[in-house]
Amino acid sequence: MEQDWIWGLIGGLLIGTGGAVYLLANGRIMGASGIIGGLVDGSGRDTKWERIAFLAGVFLLPIVIYPVYSSIDTHVTDNWAVLIAAGLLVGVGTRIANGCTSGHGVCGMSRLSLRGFVATIAYIMAGGIGVILFRHLLGVI
Amino acid sequence: MRNLFAFFAGGLFGAGLFISGMTDTSKVQGWLDVFGDWDPTLAFVMGGAMIPMAIAWILRNRRSTPALGGSFPPAPPQRIDRNLILGSVMFGFGWGLAGLCPGPSVASLSYGGVGHWVFFLAMLAGMAVTPAVRRMLDRQPATA
Repeated sequence: MEQDWIWGLIGGLLIGTGGAVYLLANGRIMGASGIIGGLVDGSGRDTKWERIAFLAGVFLLPIVIYPVYSSIDTHVTDNWAVLIAAGLLVGVGTRIANGCTSGHGVCGMSRLSLRGFVATIAYIMAGGIGVILFRHLLGVI
Repeated sequence: MRNLFAFFAGGLFGAGLFISGMTDTSKVQGWLDVFGDWDPTLAFVMGGAMIPMAIAWILRNRRSTPALGGSFPPAPPQRIDRNLILGSVMFGFGWGLAGLCPGPSVASLSYGGVGHWVFFLAMLAGMAVTPAVRRMLDRQPATA
């Protein structure tokens, strides 16, 4: 538990390095919601394979390093209604806002984008209020 | 070559999300839960990720084109509009509810179990209907 922040920092550096490669080599902003969303709604048709290749990397690398760990519990809820509601909110919300934790957060704030800061403050505050509401007041999560 | 580098970048992203613990929903909800057993890990992940990314933005300014050709993304718009706030608030609620956001939802599909697929498919459905939602929002007067 005490070393969690070190792993967080190391993982964060890897995430940022991925974003740096995607920007400097491919000339693209590493925003997960934009990369996925462009495939789903067809707006990213022209860069389809680049998006699929990126997502394949995100999907596959954890499988490669997974065996190093004896067990990983993601502690995800088994309440499907909560998962579906949350998935819909994340899907619609990130696309309306044009970004999520990676696009607005990591890439936006690091270039001192005002929109990145505003979006990040908004989703962290909403997430905090959401957890208070749904966990402490309503007890659904 | 573009696809190879995209795969490499995605691999770093996926590995980083996994190692940092960001595919563990309890760590994300633990960060958001300021009245519970608060978990600061996410701040280290975000801070760590912004270091190489900030350097990348500085390097970007010294180059006219990306290494593999094409062009760099245009400067970000600075307009704070209703959609940015409304969308981010919706996203935040969903993020708090499940403890998942788009990147980690992909990174955890292979080992997280069926719940992660339920979330992922619902997220795709949400993304698929967004163009219609956006048209609906654009018809409302922007007073909100």
